[in-house]
Amino acid sequence: MAETYIARSSAIAARMLAGEMMVMNSLDSTFFTLNEVATAIWQAADGRTPLREIVQEKVCGQYEIDPEQAQKDAADFVTELSKHGILLVADHPLADPANLEER
Amino acid sequence: MSLMVEMGQKAFDLGVPIAVHLDVTYRCNERCIHCYLDHNDRGEMTTAEIKGVLDQLAGAGVFFLTFSGGEVFLRRDFFELLEYARRLLFNVKIKTNAVMIRENEAQKLRELGVDTLQISIYSHRAEVHDAITKLPGSFDRSITAIRFLRDRGLKVTIANVLMTGNLGDQYHLQKLAAELGVHYTVDPTITPMMDGDTSVLSLRIPGEELREVFRNPALVGNMEEFCAPPNPPTSDDLEGYSCSAGHSFCYISPYGDVFPCVQFPLPSGNLRRQKFVDIWNHSPQLNEVRSIQAKDLTVCSSCSHVSSCTRCPGLAYMEGSMRGPSTADCEKSFYRTGIPTANMLRHDGKLPPRPLVQIQPLAL
Repeated sequence: MAETYIARSSAIAARMLAGEMMVMNSLDSTFFTLNEVATAIWQAADGRTPLREIVQEKVCGQYEIDPEQAQKDAADFVTELSKHGILLVADHPLADPANLEER
Repeated sequence: MSLMVEMGQKAFDLGVPIAVHLDVTYRCNERCIHCYLDHNDRGEMTTAEIKGVLDQLAGAGVFFLTFSGGEVFLRRDFFELLEYARRLLFNVKIKTNAVMIRENEAQKLRELGVDTLQISIYSHRAEVHDAITKLPGSFDRSITAIRFLRDRGLKVTIANVLMTGNLGDQYHLQKLAAELGVHYTVDPTITPMMDGDTSVLSLRIPGEELREVFRNPALVGNMEEFCAPPNPPTSDDLEGYSCSAGHSFCYISPYGDVFPCVQFPLPSGNLRRQKFVDIWNHSPQLNEVRSIQAKDLTVCSSCSHVSSCTRCPGLAYMEGSMRGPSTADCEKSFYRTGIPTANMLRHDGKLPPRPLVQIQPLAL
């Protein structure tokens, strides 16, 4: 099975507020908030680490969750954010477009 | 309530500075007849100082960052600052006259993921716009820049200031904005100059003209709703606060001075001497601004407009008291609804004259 790689779009802005990550796409003003688990995946989206590994390390390693369900939920989440141009998705490693730093 | 409004309210309730307006220079290549700024450089923050401020703002939770001036592109390091801000993941809006934006600049702005550019245009007629900016050719250059930006998918808003010199052109300019495929805003607020010179106030449009502006659905949307008489205030209204100034928003000058808002010249600290978070959390001035509820207002708490008035505490401060009325907003409330304000009633139904002060840098 091919790996999935994810990277954050250079058009996004993001900041933590009261435990939630606000994410906004400047191209279409789409505005999201991400919960703790989604934030962990989003922060690890460096374009080089396969999504499967991110979920294993950042989700299954930190939270009580069925690994198979976690991989499925993560795939749905990634699909949703990629539709809005917030995450770039490919079957090969990607450069992290903006070399982004979260606070 | 939209998600963004909900997060804005959360920031307000928690006292997180979710939005900051940062002027990186007061220098400008235009000399707009209504501008309140002194355009001399009196010791702007350096590149390193501004980057340090941006680091602090990101750490404090600032999400929405507005770069403004003066004309931001007069700073040779502006793209360096912008790139730095975007690496810190701010949502960046830029206020500019766009005169210096050509294809290369537009492309860079697009690549850096700038959210919106707000561009000052005062008329659909080049001669009227250029007479206001005192820069020949500025209309053509700014409109060309808008096309470059729009063609690259950037969001652009044309911002028009209504004054005596362009009154009547606002509808034509709105049409031009629509033709260009960009947003349009209009504001009748003219403020005194930084040195206290109030001569620019003569450019304010007569109050009666506001009545006409407020009755144009093209400018205000649902006119009946916009001009409806105010609802009687509820206890929530009276326990409410004026606006986000000092609660979840503040202004930083090119010299590092911190104020509650760009229109609220109450010096509250300086970033060359203090950390942003210390100013934000402990400034007596900001804490005083935050403490004021509608029920504490000396005149406005008893005004029938208190639940819907756009009362600006900064303009009120410039009139003498941050707890007092802002006559410019009394004027808007009156001409919007036809119902006199409490401030007018105590002056025999007339709007009082208003002594005003403007932004003064902190003494270093």
